[in-house]
Amino acid sequence: MDPFIINTLASIFANAAPIVFASVGETLTEKSGVVNLSLDGTILLTAMAAFAFALNTGSVAGGFLVAALIGAAIALIVAVANIELGLEQVAVGFVLTMLTADLSSFLGNPYVNQAGPYLTQQPIPLLSQIPILGPVLFQQNLAVYASYVVIVAAWWWMSKTQPGLQMRGVGERPEAAFARGVNVNAVRYLYTLLGGALVGIAGATYSLVVKLGWSHNHTAGNGWIALAIVIFGGWDPWKVASGAYLFGLLKALGSVLQRNPAFVNVPTQIFSTAPFALMILFLALTSSGVTDRFLDLFQPATRRRLERLLRGRAPAALGRPFRRG
Amino acid sequence: MKRKPLLSQLFWAVVPVAAALFFIALILLAAGANPWQAFREITLGALESPQKWADVATAWVPLALVGAGMSLTFAAGLWNIGAEGQIILGAIFATWVVRSVDLPQVPVIALIILAGMVGGALWGLLTGLLRVYARVHEIFAGLGLNFIATALIIWLIFNPWKPARGATMSGTEPFPEVTWIPRLGSSRLVPLAMVLTVVALLVAFFLLRGTRFGLELRAIGKNARAAFIQGIPTARHMLVAFVLCGAMAGLAGALQATAVYHRLIPRISGGYGYAGMLVVILAAYRPEWVPAVALFFAAIGVGSPRLELNLQLDASLGGVLEGMVVLFVLLAAGLRNRLSHKP
Amino acid sequence: MRIELHDIYKHFGPVRANDGISLTLEPGQIHGLLGENGAGKTTLMKILSGYQAKDRGEILVDGRVVKFRSPAEAIAAGIGMLHQDPLDFPPMTALDNFLLGFDRRLRPDRRAGRQQLLELAARFRFPLEPEAAVERMTVGERQQLEIIRLLALGVQTIILDEPTTGISAPQKVQLFQTLRQLASEEGKSIVFVSHKLEEVEDLCQAVTVLRLGQVTGERLMPVPLDELVQLMFGQSLALPGKPAVPPGDVLLEARDLTVESPRLTITHAALSVRAGEVIGIAGMEGSGQDLFLRALAGLLRPKAGEVWLAGRPLTGRSYREFMQAGISLLPADRIDEGLVRGLTISEHMALHRKTPFFIRWEENRAYTAEQIRFFNVKGQPDSPVDALSGGNQQRVLLALQPAGLKVLILEHPTRGLDMESTRWVWEQLLKRRERGTAILFTSADLDEIMTYSDRVIVFFNGQPFPPLPVTELTVEDLGYMIGGKQPATSKPQPAAALPEA
Repeated sequence: MDPFIINTLASIFANAAPIVFASVGETLTEKSGVVNLSLDGTILLTAMAAFAFALNTGSVAGGFLVAALIGAAIALIVAVANIELGLEQVAVGFVLTMLTADLSSFLGNPYVNQAGPYLTQQPIPLLSQIPILGPVLFQQNLAVYASYVVIVAAWWWMSKTQPGLQMRGVGERPEAAFARGVNVNAVRYLYTLLGGALVGIAGATYSLVVKLGWSHNHTAGNGWIALAIVIFGGWDPWKVASGAYLFGLLKALGSVLQRNPAFVNVPTQIFSTAPFALMILFLALTSSGVTDRFLDLFQPATRRRLERLLRGRAPAALGRPFRRG
Repeated sequence: MKRKPLLSQLFWAVVPVAAALFFIALILLAAGANPWQAFREITLGALESPQKWADVATAWVPLALVGAGMSLTFAAGLWNIGAEGQIILGAIFATWVVRSVDLPQVPVIALIILAGMVGGALWGLLTGLLRVYARVHEIFAGLGLNFIATALIIWLIFNPWKPARGATMSGTEPFPEVTWIPRLGSSRLVPLAMVLTVVALLVAFFLLRGTRFGLELRAIGKNARAAFIQGIPTARHMLVAFVLCGAMAGLAGALQATAVYHRLIPRISGGYGYAGMLVVILAAYRPEWVPAVALFFAAIGVGSPRLELNLQLDASLGGVLEGMVVLFVLLAAGLRNRLSHKP
Repeated sequence: MRIELHDIYKHFGPVRANDGISLTLEPGQIHGLLGENGAGKTTLMKILSGYQAKDRGEILVDGRVVKFRSPAEAIAAGIGMLHQDPLDFPPMTALDNFLLGFDRRLRPDRRAGRQQLLELAARFRFPLEPEAAVERMTVGERQQLEIIRLLALGVQTIILDEPTTGISAPQKVQLFQTLRQLASEEGKSIVFVSHKLEEVEDLCQAVTVLRLGQVTGERLMPVPLDELVQLMFGQSLALPGKPAVPPGDVLLEARDLTVESPRLTITHAALSVRAGEVIGIAGMEGSGQDLFLRALAGLLRPKAGEVWLAGRPLTGRSYREFMQAGISLLPADRIDEGLVRGLTISEHMALHRKTPFFIRWEENRAYTAEQIRFFNVKGQPDSPVDALSGGNQQRVLLALQPAGLKVLILEHPTRGLDMESTRWVWEQLLKRRERGTAILFTSADLDEIMTYSDRVIVFFNGQPFPPLPVTELTVEDLGYMIGGKQPATSKPQPAAALPEA
């Protein structure tokens, strides 16, 4: 296959890795019933922090760790504000997203446009020799491999383990989970923190892998996209990941088209904005009444399966704090 | 309901702000800066000269306009994050008027104002339709439309409306002077903009407090189901709220284009859509507190660039200050609520 | 296991749900817990099963005092409860529901779990499919799943709360077989909470009757049903009587109405209501009255049939049109549906009056103050409605209703109200009636139904008995009908036709 295509595909998997981390992490959080709207700002802050730490200490691993901790800390604020103080998750999340974004610009000022450490490519022996799949998937760096693992791990945890089952129960019907001895709020804290840590890793992946270094608004908009992808992917790790890769594909398409002489007059900003707008439009379409009518054309059983595929269902208790009966 | 004693009100208002400042001071120290100096720079930056006061007043306009509009959407329980796009569309429509119409000052400015409101209102209506009929949460609908608005303005600046010398990020050709909204003497103050803002604030205030419509909006915000059972047309009212907020945001955009920059630039909305949301949250969603909070934000916005000049600190410290204050005030309100509910 | 409850107290605000209840459950027995709505049965069982905390009292299992802080602890002690709406997870499969919370293993053993599920299901002949999504199972099947789940967890005592609401007849037969099997062959104790006399008679060996939070009697079956009805409904204080008013023209008609909900379907319901008539609607909650009334008020769209008001067809129109045509419904949930929590009395008044676009608050406040005086509400115009007591909220709700209403529908108008407020509410309703408004109301208080209705409709299991003039009924009759049996003073079942004059 044309090396250009292989390279493009490989870069899609690499560039989508941060969004995979963020959206799968947020999927876990939302599946347990909490919305963490601070994603966009948190990714910025953690990207900056990871880079700054790595630059100062030379340790890329340390950068990732710091980012995970910060991500978890921000998510903790959302959780505490909702569970203990009864504040709306959306309100606190929004304020945090703006605050952390500005914090990243402020604290990151000294680090703008500096060259720093990054993760090197580490092809996996044997696997990277597979024709086509090898170069695309297995000649990447550790963070990208970790993104593959995260998808599988999230899927496995959610659908194959008892704790994962309980987590889903908490997000669907906390009263019933409580009746089975599950500590609802502890579960929500756990997955909010875990999701937050993954969001932190997403940030680190930007500044240490995908878009090296730091600049103001380095990762702009990707947090919102991750949130939209969670809905788009119906809160299912595989579909969410596909959404992330789809987004990556749209971005890659944008870069390819940009170089095409037919589009030479279109400013670059359009290409960078278009994938966002398209994804969100996609989201609007699939949940809208238009799709309803389309689905109505099918038999009930098929309709149900299609609906599951297209829409997924929000965890029924998403956003609602739990009170003991 | 017992009136909460004044001392208690004061306590719960002052302590979170103090806590926010304290936290920021810590951050500044950790970043190797002097907190006292930083706060001083920001304050001076906003207050040091009459020009700066005028700048603060100018920055106040879009913040207060968006704040006024959002107090309406928030009353109905809606998160109109799409205000940013509504500002842009207002600016675009205003620019279209400037470029297409050849009239003396008074009618052209009247048309500009009208166009700005219509542009923003249309964009707001779109968000509303997506929410009401396509069941897309207004946060995502708003964000998507923001992205589209941004793409639209860039396309316009780089294609049909590009200056003769070639398209750049500095925007379109400057507008003809007849379309500039007049300033007061040699200052940078734009009285008309301020008057319009005050009108918008009054409209928002009286709508919410003094009309049936406002009462019905508030009922929807508190319990949409119960409001429906009282016979309130919830869907229709939500759409109207989006339209009104969009109109105000659009007006802000038109003013930005014709009173401040005198041209259409890509960053015409300047983040005011998002900042406006913070303003309204901090103002506890009340239109009567928006002017003061907007002034606070405007002052910080105007004063912050001095940090770069004199202390080599990034101006985003202003945003950090704003965000931290809102966060702490929110948390404090939640804490106070929790404490008063425990027996 | 032998379970003893000593002096259980539980209150919710001013309401004493359980007022010193003592009860003994013997092993291997099916014990019925009878009582009308609000008697305290469900609260008591929620306390026993660990779902709710009690205020005072003791629970003893085989002579040892136990304290349950959660349902899981109760299950560990061997007590499990099947709630009226089973506490399961709708989007998940039956197998996942079965496995959730089953044990502490990291990876649930799906194969063993599936096997256990199928074995238990087979033992009781439940047709359960492990991979079916619970939300698409019928209520009866969800119950079956929950029963075998509790059994798999090793419970010795199973509490079933109104288990036969919403399940099919064959499922009911199967359930009873299962319960008998469990009690006699396996020595389990069963608590059967119900209001259905026939079923209690059929199934239970012992019965405890609750009324208003207290035990009114314990008996070993068989016991004449009359006695049970007496114990359940008792005698209450006399309410003020009502003057006779000749009924006027037909105002509201329901023709061949079919209304659907996930749990129930009402089919071919018909009713014709005249001006000045009072129709009392009795029946246990969840028997279909709310569905019916909300369809009449225009809040629900009927699947089939028609609703006519004053000669105009209104079926399928918006709720606002119904309101404009002169129907109003006062929901039972006063604070979350009837009123808007957080708004003040005067704001509600402004919403309901024909206020112009610009509200004149001073005038509105003065008007509100007048209404408050007139309707004797203990509150100020600026009091938020959630700060008012239930009785005062009801007063406000009534004060908000426009004067010339054609039909006023009230869900449980005097529920939770003290005597004085109850009298007052009926004074108001009767006044409206004299002016020609037709009144439909649901109530769990049979005396109230008997005293104020011109005609009575009883709903049982989703079907209304045909409306009967109150003069042809006694309280005991009502009790029987609510329990699903024909009145002892039985007349041949009237044909399901509109009783036209």
